Amino acid sequence: MNIVVCVKYVPDATADRQFESDNTVDRVGVDGLLSELDEYAVEQALQIKEKRSDEDITITALCVGPEKAVDAVRKALQMGADKGVHVSDDAIAGSDYGATSLVLAKAVQKIDAEEKVDLVMCGMASTDGSGSVVPAMLAERLDYPQVTFGSKIETQGDQVRIQRDGDVATEIIGGSMPLVLSVTDQTGEARYPSFKGIMAAKKKPMETWSLADIGVDAGEVGLSVAWTTVEAATARPPREAGEVHTDEDGSGAGALADFLASKKFI
Amino acid sequence: MSEVLVLVDHVDGAVSKPTLELLTLAGRLGEPSAVFIGPSGQGAEAAKKLGEYGAAKVYVVDDTEVKGYLVAPKAEVLAQLVEKTSPAGVLLVSSYEGKEIAGRLAIKTGSGLITDAVDVADDGTTTQAVFAGNYTVQAKVTHGTPIVTVKPNSAAPEAVGAAGAVEEFAATISDSAKKAQIVASQPRQASGRPELTEAAIVVSGGRGTGGDFAPVEGLADALGAAVGASRAAVDSGWMPHSFQVGQTGKTVSPQLYVANGISGAIQHRAGMQTSKTIVAVNKDEEAPIFELVDFGVVGDLHAVLPALTEKVKERKG
Ligand SMILES: Cc1cc2nc3c(=O)[nH]c(=O)nc-3n(C[C@H](O)[C@H](O)[C@H](O)COP(=O)(O)OP(=O)(O)OC[C@H]3O[C@@H](n4cnc5c(N)ncnc54)[C@H](O)[C@@H]3O)c2cc1C
Ligand SMILES: Nc1ncnc2c1ncn2[C@@H]1O[C@H](COP(=O)(O)O)[C@@H](O)[C@H]1O
Repeated sequence: MNIVVCVKYVPDATADRQFESDNTVDRVGVDGLLSELDEYAVEQALQIKEKRSDEDITITALCVGPEKAVDAVRKALQMGADKGVHVSDDAIAGSDYGATSLVLAKAVQKIDAEEKVDLVMCGMASTDGSGSVVPAMLAERLDYPQVTFGSKIETQGDQVRIQRDGDVATEIIGGSMPLVLSVTDQTGEARYPSFKGIMAAKKKPMETWSLADIGVDAGEVGLSVAWTTVEAATARPPREAGEVHTDEDGSGAGALADFLASKKFI
Repeated sequence: MSEVLVLVDHVDGAVSKPTLELLTLAGRLGEPSAVFIGPSGQGAEAAKKLGEYGAAKVYVVDDTEVKGYLVAPKAEVLAQLVEKTSPAGVLLVSSYEGKEIAGRLAIKTGSGLITDAVDVADDGTTTQAVFAGNYTVQAKVTHGTPIVTVKPNSAAPEAVGAAGAVEEFAATISDSAKKAQIVASQPRQASGRPELTEAAIVVSGGRGTGGDFAPVEGLADALGAAVGASRAAVDSGWMPHSFQVGQTGKTVSPQLYVANGISGAIQHRAGMQTSKTIVAVNKDEEAPIFELVDFGVVGDLHAVLPALTEKVKERKG
């Protein structure tokens, strides 16, 4: 079985995140890492491989992003993925969902041409854009079924079943491979790379592809042809520090009740 | 005036409040047309309400070939309606499903897509809160039909009294769209409390509850509020995931948010930072949640909340 896991390199959410003067996300001047939500996808891919240990399973970590984004692929390899593919090309900078999904789809097709792909796995959302749309777009472009937002994953033969926790119902969704599978952070903690994993990752195959390698024209991607444009990005003014009352001898509840009453909540 | 398509979010014909908000926003861009996918009987009934809130037309699409499959058939329905009506835009609710339908529709129609808008202006400029609410972004679709998913609570629904004229629309669903099947479905049980994303007041609990949510629920009920939880509380199995507030849970923007035993991690803030008034009870005065509060109490929630609940009940009489 051949599994491709899409991993995104994102600015660290716990550090300062900012925009460039052209209103694109600053991906170069800030600390970045493998999107934490994509670690869950890598973890589930590894668990599928472990559960189906009698099969020959290859896991390829695929990332589209600037030079530094190779770190995301490396982390996936350290966790246990077998191969890495990094699609990097100056022309990709500033791409929106449409172009990103195009590049990912073309890269999956190139991998598929070498060895038939069975599963394309994704996180539930990237931690910077939070769109949650790329997996559905990938499915549309590849004409694969989408089995997305899985909080529980089960595979058997070429069948995949997930639990999807929607707003009004919890559903069981099923489909046959090849398909696009996205997983939520309810699937269970992702493993940390072990020392052995970190050492082993250094020897794993890693390829860097340009747009030409996957047959995408530079004029199809990037900021200048994006189908959406960001007109302004403004930092939200910090909230003004409020009053903090220390509860002594049970005074806290009264002070809080007075505050709520002053705001007409009670 | 061009039509603006609004995909109706409903449960057995009962139209959700966020759908009415979309109709109000759609009215700024053109003439709202609701798209109701479901049994035609339910569609005719829903059309009354959809008309009341601004839908001039209601396209009713029989769901026999749609239900039972995930997302893709609905995207085909909308793509065919876009083809037929050349609308000025398509608006959907920002749910898992709404976003995924929007994503597929964007590819099918070669259109730009904006997700999680909290406002849409007359000229189509959208407003989004990004990076955990630390930035406000204005964006616009520049190619194809603007497709925008909008977060619940982004507009006040206006009863403008439009025609709500029902038009049956027969869509063709491809075999390829039927490849992801809904094998089983278990409706979510109603909690009896207000819906988290729609509530005016949300009272949340985190790891600091130690697993005892009774003080949080007691205060919520006294205030008529919805109950929320941090991921730590959900991961510990104390509350179902549907109660989670934050990056991978719900985004709430109520009049009042009360965080109890929650430290205020960036991923939690992402779901509540735009609340109008924020209050916290936490026994650690260094907790980052206190950077956000309008009023905070440093203290043990197990003592403060029950006493507060009593006072709220007294004052409310
Ligand atoms: C990709 C990703 C997505 C995430 N998504 C979410 C999300 O959607 N929502 C979310 O909430 N988190 C999310 N998290 C987790 C987040 O980073 C924090 O771990 C989580 O919010 C912590 O929950 P907490 O504040 O309840 O627990 P803690 O951080 O452990 O804080 C508990 C607080 O309770 C206080 N306390 C303890 N006892 C008492 C007492 N008796 N009375 C009063 N106060 C007390 C403590 O002082 C402390 O401040 C996500 C993390 C990642 C990596
Ligand atoms: N540039 C990228 N490289 C690799 N995978 C990506 C990229 N962008 C998005 N993805 C995948 O698509 C998922 C959803 O992304 P998004 O729609 O941006 O929230 C992520 O969790 C990744 O698995």
